[in-house]
Amino acid sequence: MLPSIKGSNKQLIPWLVPMLLLVCWQYLSWVGIIPQRILPAPLEVLQAAITLLSTGELYEHILVSLGRALTGFLIGGSIGFFLGLFNGISKYSELLFDTSIQMLRNIPHLALIPLVILWFGIDETSKIFLVALGVLFPIYINTYHGIKSVDKDLIEMGRAYGLKGKALFFIVILPGAMSSILVGIRFSLGVMWLTLIVAETISTHAGIGYMAMNAREFMQMDVIVLSIVLYALFGKLSDIIAKYFEERLLKWNN
Amino acid sequence: MEQLEKRMVEKTHVSLEGVSKSFSDRSVLKRINLQIERGEFIAVVGKSGCGKSTLLRLIAGLEQTSEGIIKMNGTALSSLNKYSRIMFQDGRLLPWKRVIDNIRIALPKEEEKKAIETLQHVGLGDRLYDWPRKLSGGQKQRVALARALVHDPELLLLDEPLGALDALTRIEMQDLIEELWKDRGFTAVLVTHDVEEAVAIADRVLLIEDEIISLDQKINLPRPRHRTQLDFSIYVEEILARIMKRKPYTEQMAKRDMETVSV
Repeated sequence: MLPSIKGSNKQLIPWLVPMLLLVCWQYLSWVGIIPQRILPAPLEVLQAAITLLSTGELYEHILVSLGRALTGFLIGGSIGFFLGLFNGISKYSELLFDTSIQMLRNIPHLALIPLVILWFGIDETSKIFLVALGVLFPIYINTYHGIKSVDKDLIEMGRAYGLKGKALFFIVILPGAMSSILVGIRFSLGVMWLTLIVAETISTHAGIGYMAMNAREFMQMDVIVLSIVLYALFGKLSDIIAKYFEERLLKWNN
Repeated sequence: MEQLEKRMVEKTHVSLEGVSKSFSDRSVLKRINLQIERGEFIAVVGKSGCGKSTLLRLIAGLEQTSEGIIKMNGTALSSLNKYSRIMFQDGRLLPWKRVIDNIRIALPKEEEKKAIETLQHVGLGDRLYDWPRKLSGGQKQRVALARALVHDPELLLLDEPLGALDALTRIEMQDLIEELWKDRGFTAVLVTHDVEEAVAIADRVLLIEDEIISLDQKINLPRPRHRTQLDFSIYVEEILARIMKRKPYTEQMAKRDMETVSV
């Protein structure tokens, strides 16, 4: 048996490994084992971040990227959610749409990049479209599955107690599907960042991906690494947010 | 007003007239006729799969009859029976609602106070804000009972609600149900596989067998009933013998005694 871990330690322990890695990396750069041209030291990356922040450049790139990610997520997420909802609730809707959606789902959305560029050009629309498309399917599948697997006995109980329509949906069906929907959201947040990273390397003039591609042209290794670190941080941040909602919405299960 | 008076006067609360039910081509109940009086406590027994739960679900309006009609206060049911509340074997509490909110699910806002009162009646006044997951099996069924009673139903339908409980909790719950029935005066139909439970609590025990009601036994025992009474045991033994299609033990005993005498 493990001895119980105290609260404050519980918060710190997950960060031990990343911290240790950073220290090693910094040390190896100092003594010259990792050459600057291959990988800049963590402090240099931090320095780059501070410089870019002071000019306001970094702030702008982050805002643009976040804007794309959120807009795409909201559009794709709502389409996926409502499609999942309708197909989960209505037999007719399911019959009509599910097969088509399952077919589309199997196309890797990034394979559509050439087509998307021809359709929408290289401005914001193409990036948002790609993110929305990538996010749509995980949310669709999990919402649909969640609604389908709500305990039929509970629905019958709800009906027997006079619930119908909107009340039945909000009291019984939606909460019953919630854990599955949240799994879909968490998964799609990963897809969202992945898609954005790829989409931002198609020529753009702002965003974290653009910052990285631009830095490549000038061999600014520190900026390239900075943008990768930023993606990691945003990925972690969205995971924390998703987890927070899971804990709040599923607290009856803890 | 006139209708209301008629309802109060009318003795028959629920009546089944030639009710048949079949699922696809499997017939479960055949031309059932049954009158249930207002305030009566009926227990329905039978082997598993005999259709006793189906009978209850028909009265609740959760299933529609294949033939015949079910009348509630003299008018035929067409869909959900709004005078009745049903309590299921597995409780069916919403795990994402606290105890008190489970009671309130279909309760109008202005009657919310009743939720707390009803929970106190079933002895759970101190568990209002617990999650159902934290409750024991017996407590969950108490919540389910409170949820059914909070609507003050004229007719309470109980679908093997105590089947999954341990013996002691079961007796406790039987007493609670009997007490609430006496207090509130609703009509009750209890489906159970436990003949002793049926005899302990019901005015009439119905046996469903081969798609029909093959026995309709009035239980003429004063309340409170004690399981150790001889009359009680005789009722139980006779009904059990009918179900198992053997001679009642009491008769066998009597016969054997006679034989010994004659020898």
